[in-house]
Amino acid sequence: MKLVIVAGTPGSGKTSILVHAVRLLKERGASVSIVKIDCLATDDDERYSRLAIPTLVGLAKDVCPDHFTVYNMEEIIQWARDNGAELLVVETAGLCHRCAPYTTGCLGVCVIDATCGPNTPLKVGPLLSTANIIVITKGDVISQAEREIFRERLLEMNPQAELVNANGLSGQGAAELVARFHDSPDVQVDSERLRHTAPLSICTLCAGETRVAREHHRGILRRIDGFQTYAGE
Amino acid sequence: MRSWAMIETLSISGGYDKNGQFESVGDVQIRRGEIVGVVGPTGSGKSSLIADIEQLAQGDTPTRRTVFVNGRTPSREERTNPKKKIVAQLSQNMNFLANMTVGNFLRLHAKCRHVDKESTCEVIELANGLTGEPICEDDELTILSGGQSRALMVADVAIISDSPIVLVDEIENAGIKKHDALKLLAGFGKIVLVVTHDPVLALMAERRIIMRFGGMVKIVQTTKGEKLVSQNLKRIDEWMLTLREQVRQGELIEEVPDLVSALAEKTA
Repeated sequence: MKLVIVAGTPGSGKTSILVHAVRLLKERGASVSIVKIDCLATDDDERYSRLAIPTLVGLAKDVCPDHFTVYNMEEIIQWARDNGAELLVVETAGLCHRCAPYTTGCLGVCVIDATCGPNTPLKVGPLLSTANIIVITKGDVISQAEREIFRERLLEMNPQAELVNANGLSGQGAAELVARFHDSPDVQVDSERLRHTAPLSICTLCAGETRVAREHHRGILRRIDGFQTYAGE
Repeated sequence: MRSWAMIETLSISGGYDKNGQFESVGDVQIRRGEIVGVVGPTGSGKSSLIADIEQLAQGDTPTRRTVFVNGRTPSREERTNPKKKIVAQLSQNMNFLANMTVGNFLRLHAKCRHVDKESTCEVIELANGLTGEPICEDDELTILSGGQSRALMVADVAIISDSPIVLVDEIENAGIKKHDALKLLAGFGKIVLVVTHDPVLALMAERRIIMRFGGMVKIVQTTKGEKLVSQNLKRIDEWMLTLREQVRQGELIEEVPDLVSALAEKTA
């Protein structure tokens, strides 16, 4: 079974482009299972269920959705195997741009919206820089020049990536994306590793602290002037 | 300085319409420097045709069309490597969203395309020939008017993007000298396809592809009579642009030439 992990900035069109991609895969007779990991709420499962394929939704609630995906990966893969899937697509809601949910053996797809401006690729981090494929959406509403600058910036951040221009409304680019889905090796849970370490977040805020004043904070604390300290025992 | 070899021919063939029927015009060939219109009602497949060309489709799009360049199948590299992209697009829906000045933006684009930075002045100069309101190098990109933006996009495509194929999608309400804009692009030896409802643009094309139910149904050759109408439309269009500028400047428009009756006399 092949694993495709799709991440990207909110509203970038991940689900829209995947709906087109899955429809193409179904037409070709592939058996696909899809998992959507979102944060608080999602109605994407409805969009997927219209395609009549096995769909599983996970809501991470107050846990980082990328961490949540990793903790649950074994179950997810088992679920897809039980469905007899040849291809498992996991869509995650990328949030803070510091994580990258891709594992070593998956095909990592980052979806990014071209209207977010030519400086955004510099801010996205491993989500973008460790992807195999970068899907650019909404390119049709910016000028040719800006689109070219945007692409150049993406390649600066991830020179190895293959770029796909896509349109979530018309489905343009979905065929190009699907053509790459079979390139990755079969997934092996035991040997899968994350491509990028998860961000540092070990502090009292993670454990539920809500008070703002400095004295209440423990753990690894980074100050705005760049100094990092450890407070606590 | 031209980074692309010019393209001699672009051919499109083998498509199906929305009913799954083979389209009536099974094969179209377009030569360098040619302007071809694409016309048809909403939903007739104009944008799909343009998208097929943009992707250099190889039977892998919903219309199953195949696009050949110089009679050859384009390589995967030519289809997917952004640096080898031979098709540029211009449309009514496009905006500038980058927070930069015109000058910085053009220089950044020139750098991406490995084009001499000096060409940015040439771009602004060309753009100013197409719009009533001059663009300055220090203007913020995001405050440009629709007309200024469109003019800058046209000039940029002509000089910096420099792709041999240009797809123009409905620029009718742009507030620029449309006629001159198309002439300019085609003058650089480019192949220009224009999706339009606008007679000013449709009649200046040598041919126009008529679309229906997702397929190409007919090709109309522009007649001599139409070329004459096109010249007159160009004059009306430029006159409208002047009036637009006068309104913008707070001027009164009380005396205008009686163009309508002048034209009526001419055609009579």
